[in-house]
Amino acid sequence: MSEEKYIPKSKLAQWFDSRLPLLTLSHHLKEYPTPKNLNYWWTFGGILTFCLITQIITGLVLAMHYVAHVDHAFDSIEHIMRNVNYGWLIRYVHANGASMFFLAVYIHIFRSLFYGSYKSPREVIWIIGLIIYILMMATAFMGYVLPWGQMSFWGATVITNLFSAIPFIGESITTWLWGGYSVDNPTLNRFYSLHYLLPFLTFGLVILHIWALHVPGNNNPIGIDVKKNSNETMPFHPYMVMKDITALLVFIIIFLWFVFFAPNALGHPDNYIEANPLVTPSHIVPEWYLLPFYAILRAIPSKLGGVIFMFAAIFILMLLPWLDTSKVRSAIFRPIYKKFFWVLVFTVILLGYLGAKPPEGIYLILSRLATFYYFFHFLILLPVLGRYEKTDPLPMSISDPVLDKPGTFDKFKKVASKYEGENVSSFK
Amino acid sequence: MLVHSNNFLIKIIIFFFILFTTSSAFSEEKKVDLIKTNWSFNGIFGTFDRASLQRGYQVYQEVCAGCHSMQQLSYRNLSEEGGPEFSIEEVKAIASQFEIEDGPNSDGEMFMRAARPSDKFAKPYPNIEASTAANGGAYPPDMSVLAKARVGGADYIYSLLMGYEEAPPGFELDDGVYYNKYMAGNKIKMSAPISDGIVEYSDGTQTSASQISKDVTTFLVWASEPHLESQHRMGFKAIIYLIILLTLVYMSKQKVWSRFNSKKESEEETFDKVERTVTKYEGEDPKTFK
Repeated sequence: MSEEKYIPKSKLAQWFDSRLPLLTLSHHLKEYPTPKNLNYWWTFGGILTFCLITQIITGLVLAMHYVAHVDHAFDSIEHIMRNVNYGWLIRYVHANGASMFFLAVYIHIFRSLFYGSYKSPREVIWIIGLIIYILMMATAFMGYVLPWGQMSFWGATVITNLFSAIPFIGESITTWLWGGYSVDNPTLNRFYSLHYLLPFLTFGLVILHIWALHVPGNNNPIGIDVKKNSNETMPFHPYMVMKDITALLVFIIIFLWFVFFAPNALGHPDNYIEANPLVTPSHIVPEWYLLPFYAILRAIPSKLGGVIFMFAAIFILMLLPWLDTSKVRSAIFRPIYKKFFWVLVFTVILLGYLGAKPPEGIYLILSRLATFYYFFHFLILLPVLGRYEKTDPLPMSISDPVLDKPGTFDKFKKVASKYEGENVSSFK
Repeated sequence: MLVHSNNFLIKIIIFFFILFTTSSAFSEEKKVDLIKTNWSFNGIFGTFDRASLQRGYQVYQEVCAGCHSMQQLSYRNLSEEGGPEFSIEEVKAIASQFEIEDGPNSDGEMFMRAARPSDKFAKPYPNIEASTAANGGAYPPDMSVLAKARVGGADYIYSLLMGYEEAPPGFELDDGVYYNKYMAGNKIKMSAPISDGIVEYSDGTQTSASQISKDVTTFLVWASEPHLESQHRMGFKAIIYLIILLTLVYMSKQKVWSRFNSKKESEEETFDKVERTVTKYEGEDPKTFK
């Protein structure tokens, strides 16, 4: 918990640490002070690190058996499923791992939105996090193309075609992305190459994300700064480590339940049909975690407009620390924001639902309404709310809210009476 | 503004709920419910019925294999654990009934030979085009992962096999197209493949269309997920193990945290707290705080 300089015990360790301070780093990670009131929503950072490492390890093994060629990709996946020892397990962990990764990242992001973790002084952590999220989406999208099923092929066709909406140079960009005049073997090959690369970039960004976190320290459910080196913080190890592992195990149980008992529930059956450029599936849908953006894309009547709004929906989040003008971080003390937070959660889920439906009739109308609300929330509501919302009084420290519980005032009077008549200055 | 937070949220939820329910009423295609069967392989303890798998293989071979390939499967799979579990001798005998192209030999010629257990299932047509051409322009899909490639899986396949009916009056059908209750658009180019007694079972099982369809469906589910049984077994063990581990970890976590929680507050800290609270409530009547 202490911030004073760490000096290793043995001479050898001192010699090494003065040349490469790895021991200082590990000491810092171990003693890193965390607010004692962090709840279980704060365990998703650790869970996400676990997800990334799981994806990298299982991906590494899959890459040893997978063949990135339009004639062999589909068969090589089936070879993994049937003939490679525990290949089915590795592939199902990897495929469901992507879904679980996104489930965790969405919880992590919404936790940040609820408790205002993106606000000063944590803007850089937030922006690095969003870049990680964008990389995750790119990686997942390209990974979904690799099995070369019908949804792989047609999903790739739809998404890469979006770039053709860019005026003047769009067509050339699309051709350049494809490495030809349609999604074909060159596309599959480069997607494989990038799918292998991006997780390592993500890993680097995760290190930066954690580094940036360790400068100001964790936000907390109350959203006010904690005093370091006080009773308000506890060392990361063993307290947060134990809490993180507890949450991680619950997460792994849910994860493995999907892997063993419903491994294809989150995928699309059409992806078990080998890609066929001559047969278009009746509905082309991306994976569930991309559906909200897909709904925004289709809600806008023009192709270029749809693409702009879809990307804007992601990039607008980068501006969030400045769009949200409220100085109060936690939604606990923002009665109106709290309600709109849940409206936003609902809107995003609604968009996800609509993304899976054909863009017609009532679905289209709802997508437009939801898209409008999504942008309204960030561009209008948050700036205005920060100015006019009457927030609840903030406690002086994170320990105080406990004292606000019914009956505590009486308890206090009892404690206070103990000190009655004594000189205040005698307590040091 | 928005004083009654819960009412506000509830109103929004009700609004969208009504939109959802009404929207699905007039914009979704009419869906026919699939026939639900209580398959032995469903659920977390699900296993295959070996006899049904063996019969299912027979049905596939005698009825389906004329048009539908199963190119991901090898004959050896038929003897592997968790499948139909034919004996190795039986599989050798099964494989040897088929001719496979091999080569080139030392003269550079391709040649035909009897299949071995290590060979993939023999294909009815050399390629997709030949198969499409021979079947009135509709490609009979490869059956290796068919059960995973259809919404509804086993129930869909079984329903489809049982779903052939007379077309309702006024429903136009071209030559070589049949009416099926469960097919998208109700038009299918495959004539009803299963009928009572179309195969003869050596184990004396009755050969109703429904029994035959069940057997072949079971076989197709195994074919698309050959490790299903070990998947279920391992899953059960893994989850039980994790639940025990979670309990222990949670107890350790509580123990570790109690160290911190029970740390005696220093007098200074207690005083700080009192001071803060007293300042906060200063000037207010203590009785108003419950």
